[in-house]
Amino acid sequence: MADLTSNFIGIKSPNPFWLASAPPTDKEYNVRRAFDAGWGGVVWKTLGSEGPPIVNVSGPRYGAIWGADRRLLGLNNIELITDRPLSVNLEEIRRVKKDYPDRALVISLMVPCDEESWKDILMRIEDTGADGVELNFGCPHGMAERGMGSAVGQVPEYIEMVTAWVKHYSKMPCIVKLTPNVTSILPPAMAAKRGGADAVSLINTIKSVTNVDLDSFSPFPMIDGKGSHGGYCGPAVKPIALNMVGEIARHAETRGLPISGIGGVTTWRDAAEFLAMGAGNVQVCTAAMTYGFKIVQEMISGLSQYLDEKGMRLYQLVGRAVPNFVEWQDLNLNYVTKAQIDQDACIKCGRCYAACEDTSHQAIAMSPERIFTVKDDECVACNLCVNVCPVENCITMVEMPKGATDPRTGRVVSDYANWTTHPNNPSAQAAE
Amino acid sequence: MSNSPLTPGVVPGRLPAEAIAGNFSDHEAPLDAHEARVAADRCYFCHDAPCMTACPTSIDIPLFIRQIATGTPDAAARTILSQNILGGMCARVCPTETLCEEVCVREVAEGKPVEIGRLQRFATDTLMAKGVHPFARAAATGRKVAVVGAGPAGLAAAHRLAMKGHDVVIFDARPKAGGLNEYGIAQYKSTNDFAQAEVEWLLKIGGITVRTGVALGKGVTLAELQKDFDAVFLGMGLAGVNALRAPGEELSGVRPAVDFIAELRQAKDKSVLPIGRDVVVIGGGMTAVDAAVQSKLLGAQNVTIVYRRGQEKMSASGYEQEHATSAGVRIITNAAPVAVHQAGAAMEVEFAYTVDGPDGMTSTGETFRLRADQVFKAIGQTLSGAPEGLALAGGKIAVTGAGRTSVPGVWAGGDCAAGGEDLTVTAVAEGRDAAEDIHAALMAKQ
Ligand SMILES: Cc1cc2nc3c(=O)[nH]c(=O)nc-3n(C[C@H](O)[C@H](O)[C@H](O)COP(=O)(O)OP(=O)(O)OC[C@H]3O[C@@H](n4cnc5c(N)ncnc54)[C@H](O)[C@@H]3O)c2cc1C
Ligand SMILES: Cc1cc2nc3c(=O)[nH]c(=O)nc-3n(C[C@H](O)[C@H](O)[C@H](O)COP(=O)(O)O)c2cc1C
Ligand code: SF4
Repeated sequence: MADLTSNFIGIKSPNPFWLASAPPTDKEYNVRRAFDAGWGGVVWKTLGSEGPPIVNVSGPRYGAIWGADRRLLGLNNIELITDRPLSVNLEEIRRVKKDYPDRALVISLMVPCDEESWKDILMRIEDTGADGVELNFGCPHGMAERGMGSAVGQVPEYIEMVTAWVKHYSKMPCIVKLTPNVTSILPPAMAAKRGGADAVSLINTIKSVTNVDLDSFSPFPMIDGKGSHGGYCGPAVKPIALNMVGEIARHAETRGLPISGIGGVTTWRDAAEFLAMGAGNVQVCTAAMTYGFKIVQEMISGLSQYLDEKGMRLYQLVGRAVPNFVEWQDLNLNYVTKAQIDQDACIKCGRCYAACEDTSHQAIAMSPERIFTVKDDECVACNLCVNVCPVENCITMVEMPKGATDPRTGRVVSDYANWTTHPNNPSAQAAE
Repeated sequence: MSNSPLTPGVVPGRLPAEAIAGNFSDHEAPLDAHEARVAADRCYFCHDAPCMTACPTSIDIPLFIRQIATGTPDAAARTILSQNILGGMCARVCPTETLCEEVCVREVAEGKPVEIGRLQRFATDTLMAKGVHPFARAAATGRKVAVVGAGPAGLAAAHRLAMKGHDVVIFDARPKAGGLNEYGIAQYKSTNDFAQAEVEWLLKIGGITVRTGVALGKGVTLAELQKDFDAVFLGMGLAGVNALRAPGEELSGVRPAVDFIAELRQAKDKSVLPIGRDVVVIGGGMTAVDAAVQSKLLGAQNVTIVYRRGQEKMSASGYEQEHATSAGVRIITNAAPVAVHQAGAAMEVEFAYTVDGPDGMTSTGETFRLRADQVFKAIGQTLSGAPEGLALAGGKIAVTGAGRTSVPGVWAGGDCAAGGEDLTVTAVAEGRDAAEDIHAALMAKQ
């Protein structure tokens, strides 16, 4: 079994799987059960300022999107930060950390955007024994209307300013949690770095409405006939999160800034992908909310088996894919593949045919016996057939070797060349 | 001229050799990777899952299925084998329809359980095909434990003890290890010599010596074992068979079903095995079904199971009964054997109809006869050769807790011990738990 011990900005945990700040980490009872189930760390549900706690709705907080067999793919929530008194939370954090010294316990914070508020909350949490703080600049609903959460996360200057306050008033490692509700994730990440953040975590949830009730004509979740947008998370948001993590990991100005990857992590594989894309660890919310704390066992066994098979240490996986995450213009235009259908695996549903014939390049032939074959002289290798095929690995992309002639274009497969040097590109530099 | 199902008497080759070979190949084909993925996707990862509670070895079924779903069948196998070292055999032979799959929430909701048994086979086959043994021994303790019987109970106990660092010697009366996995389970459930392959794989843990051909009571005594070893585990199964107690039982065509099955299991080429045109099997359990179905697969024309009580009392599950009837076996219930008569070269078995009443089973007085070239008795096995001095309960070795017998230092589990169903998986659970108890006892005596 590979060693999964993780050290993220000096915070140690037995594995890189943390629970994200959300209901699973809302209170002592949950967190103890999570640690007992094997989670390496938690980011405690976001705390607000001293004073009367915020109030949540007392109707549905969640909406959802399902796949086949009612598998939950996306979750939308309108829950706010903790609705329990600050003192109760702090007392619980103290107790839990004392009993689980080997686990990571980070406190998520969200207070009004003024120096006094931040100074005050930091002083109050100082002696809890917590390992670090996470600044919640991410929640896109409710709190944002009050000038907090994503309202801060969308303004890089605010991120920088608040981060600097936190670093000034506290010695704790500081993670800045970013909102994906921006046109580019880079300015917020850069601002966090300038402010002195030890790391960024992302993504928080994405503004969303999951559905509309067609009888009451209310967006969902519906509270007394009305609905407001919520925050979207779960497997559906993973691609968005992976891209943002990768963008930060590869950019010259943010490269090397530690990243805690969040968004749709459900299996060991998702976690490994985030790590390869530059995250130092991962945080999980929806998967735990869907299946319970026990799923971490699969993440642990799977990641450990993968590392063993690759003969890799955990830290060697981190960032492994980043050098390969490039701009479109850097892609090799002389790389040619063709779809190939494994006739033994094919179940003859014809979905590849419908997809290619109706919407793509008419490159699949169908015989009267329902034998489906690829026409190499038409196939542009778009991958759509692969994606719509219900059988994994039934259709695969086969690379054409150098020197072979592409029957579609009649051109010989040659060495690497990208758009920047392509003859069709009006601003191409002549190839050297 | 070649034989057919209609050839009179007891003859081999009633069906073409290829047909017989086909009949004894995998009863349920293994899942391929795609099928496994689809089957695994149906699991809901239930909380405190009913399937896990129903499994006598408490395998974490939702976890192993999720591990298959995420493309790590090796990890799935580890999850299975850490609870049940014979998870490969159990995947093939467990009556899942009365265990895990019976209580699967999807069975309850839709009448279609997640295919737990087949998924378990997919995972364990994947790991075993790599020849990997995923467990290592703890540091040597210097303790020695004797295990009597190399069946599921003995093997499970031996493996767990070896893993804990003890040295184990298994004694078995038969020439091969495996117990009923090797000599009893229906051929089509355990193909390609799986029982022996599994034993070999299990022994890779190290620290286990197997001595076959040595019987407790013949080659070695309990007193000797107690002297030479720090603890003794008895997993000797049920080596005896119940008698019909009907005149004619001694006729040469009347045999214990388990003997017929053992012979069949050991025959490399089934087409040379002689089988009657008319076969009568007496009994109502798994052994009766297996003897009857396999007679049919060898080409017998008429195979009848006769059970003395009502159908609902048959210990063979509904699934097993259906398996028998769909193989062409006829099942007659409420008929008890009265006598076996010689009738020319063949026999006639005389039965009396019975009724189950409030005062137990009574005969109606009406009788009928069935022609039989062969009669197989499958009316239960009995403990035989158990050492003197052990308290018994209901004809089996009495145990308390995790298999402690009335004699200190001697544990028992599996079919030979009282309590629990006589199933492979139960034997594994009992052997494993006794091993844990033995380990605790030995380590407390430091
Ligand atoms: C025909 C048949 C079909 C079955 N089918 C199924 C099935 O499909 N599914 C299922 O779950 N269960 C099935 N069972 C039940 C299952 O096989 C048993 O419950 C299980 O094998 C019990 O394991 P065990 O280790 O206690 O005993 P056994 O498997 O009987 O092993 C006992 C071992 O002890 C040895 N032994 C006996 N006496 C001595 C002695 N004096 N000295 C040394 N060694 C000795 C024997 O040679 C044997 O190897 C079937 C049983 C039979 C008879
Ligand atoms: C009900 C709910 C409440 C949440 N509350 C918080 C919160 O208080 N603070 C915070 O930083 N993120 C909060 N989040 C966002 C999660 O921490 C996480 O960033 C997001 O759900 C994406 O991860 P996932 O796809 O694993 O769920 C919440 C998410 C959900 C579903
Ligand atoms: S999960 Fe269901 S039962 Fe539990 S609080 Fe929410 S609505 Fe109520």
